[in-house]
Amino acid sequence: MKVAYWPGCVSRGFTPELHGSMAKVAPLLDLELVELDRACCTGAGVIAEHNQELADSLNARTFALAQQTGTDLMMNICSTCQGAQSECQERLDANSEYRAHINENLADEGLSYEKGLTNKNLLWLLVEEIGLDTLKSKVKRPLSGLKVGPFYGCYIIRPIHRLGIDDEHPRDRYMQMVIEALGGTVIDYAGVYKCCGFPIITMNMEASLAMAGRHIGDAKDADADCLVVPCPLCHLNLDLQQPLAARQAGRELGLPVLHLPQLLGLALGLEPKDLGMSKHVVRPTSVIEWSSSVIAGVPA
Amino acid sequence: MPEYLLKIRRFDPQSGQAAYWDEHRIEMEESQSVLDGILKVRNEIDGSVGIRCSCQQAICGSCGVRMNGKPGLACNTHLGIAADRKWRNEAVGGPRDEGEERVIEIEPMGNMPVIRDLIVDMDAVHWKKFQRVTPYLVNKQPVPEREYIVPHDNMVDITQTMACIQCGACVSDCLSMEIDPGFIGPAALAKAYRFVGDPRDADHKERLKDLAEDEHGLYDCTHCFNCIDACPKEVAPMSQIMRLRRKAGSDYHIDDRNNGSRHEESFTTLVKDYGLLHEAELLPRSFGGNSWFGKFAPGAGAVLLKSLPAIVPAVLRGKVNIKTAILGHKIGSKDLSAVQRLFNKVEDRKERIELNLYVVGEDSEPEPVGASAASESENS
Repeated sequence: MKVAYWPGCVSRGFTPELHGSMAKVAPLLDLELVELDRACCTGAGVIAEHNQELADSLNARTFALAQQTGTDLMMNICSTCQGAQSECQERLDANSEYRAHINENLADEGLSYEKGLTNKNLLWLLVEEIGLDTLKSKVKRPLSGLKVGPFYGCYIIRPIHRLGIDDEHPRDRYMQMVIEALGGTVIDYAGVYKCCGFPIITMNMEASLAMAGRHIGDAKDADADCLVVPCPLCHLNLDLQQPLAARQAGRELGLPVLHLPQLLGLALGLEPKDLGMSKHVVRPTSVIEWSSSVIAGVPA
Repeated sequence: MPEYLLKIRRFDPQSGQAAYWDEHRIEMEESQSVLDGILKVRNEIDGSVGIRCSCQQAICGSCGVRMNGKPGLACNTHLGIAADRKWRNEAVGGPRDEGEERVIEIEPMGNMPVIRDLIVDMDAVHWKKFQRVTPYLVNKQPVPEREYIVPHDNMVDITQTMACIQCGACVSDCLSMEIDPGFIGPAALAKAYRFVGDPRDADHKERLKDLAEDEHGLYDCTHCFNCIDACPKEVAPMSQIMRLRRKAGSDYHIDDRNNGSRHEESFTTLVKDYGLLHEAELLPRSFGGNSWFGKFAPGAGAVLLKSLPAIVPAVLRGKVNIKTAILGHKIGSKDLSAVQRLFNKVEDRKERIELNLYVVGEDSEPEPVGASAASESENS
């Protein structure tokens, strides 16, 4: 399956293991990634906060570049990118005159966005395009005994109408479905649908770290071995900032946080090191131990 | 008629006893409301169930509760829809078993103290914050002899916030207030926009400065969108908060002490300069000022020092590449030039152009010819 692939900024900056693990996992899922390396940042909602027309123009440019790849399916690996792009796409698709105006901004590059592009986070693509049955058939090393807490990130689950979440597309249940399809155990805890706190890290650092600390603590108390996130910004607050979040929460945390492609990679037979897990601030010891025990259990 | 298991959260703070679930089975049509169900229990089974309600027509805003985890008005939520939510919340694929019990867990709203059962203390939180934002029009002087003329689009725009019935559903599920009870919160900030978006009000800048400077004000919203999904009247409080920020930062250039406007400016500048977000520059610039030298400001130095327990392992393990942290990562020069032209074209406009879907609506099919984009003039 060919997809126009938008990796986002952070997967190529502070979470290089996300970009790397996606590249490793894609061929195992029969995904052909056409990377949109000419596209720019989605603005993460912040540029829209500054100037809506600017955010819409930047994202329309990305959509237009995606449409030039010859597929109507675009994929991202970042909840925040998904949310920011969905917001812009909602406006562009809703009003033809506004869309024409934004396309005028793109005209000097010869680009134009035409309504009809489908943009899906990897999580949605796994369930809706690849399918859970196909995914199950590709599993080489079921995540048996691995207790995984899903953490979605706000931008991929709300607002529900803009993101197309309904009974036909229960996208706010896909993480649980994918973890089960990979053979893992879903850990339900209070923070599954909460905010990681990253958007206010510079404005109210205490509240931001308290959010991260509370959700990690709740997952740990629910006996999770690790969290899994479809968003690198959540990963920054939950993994990179975890030492500070632990200090803020006043308790020991030490809970590994995996990117979605890393969890997929483990089940598809890749090794933790190949998936960049050694780069995490919180060492994924529990996951590596699980992985080693599974490998040791396989008859020679 | 289907049977519903209503699990009502009971709690009397005066009693000294812990909260508990009170379970009742009732038979009612699925199109009847959750409030109908609660009142049936109260009227026919247990008269001591505490629920506040009045109009029963989604106008008075008094019957806000949480139903299977989601806040809203009990009077305009069908029993069938509320029960389906429970099944959806636990779904892991596969068809629904029609024989499955229809359960509705009804709890008081969150982020506010419980007075009794489903009744929360709105005065202690919601109304207190509401009063905080000067919730009335401050007339421009001199007052005209005849009526004020308000442009149509302006009026429709603020009508969205005027639709608020003060039910508190957005306050209930605000994830910032959950951690930081001092946050002014979505309902009060939406009310603030009702006046900041009104050309008849004289105090736009004062209101924005006040909210931007408050350490629990405009910039405490964490973009979680819960208030948008919670609102039974489509007020979209978070969208109003973003409008307040846009006006505070871009129109009035209010340099707040919460790093809010600097964060927004720094983010935008970095994307313009690099095409991609230069993460390592964002934090120091937000604290120290929007330039390469921002990192040398005392505020930036302090936060970098505080962040060392995160930065050091990130660098040692190769998560953060020193070269990328210093130089950033860029898109190709031809594309960067195109992106920068786009920035210049849009930012050089005298008026910001915005599409407010609440005002213009969506194209009907086939697409009409006359739909117009709303424009918003500076300082209006």
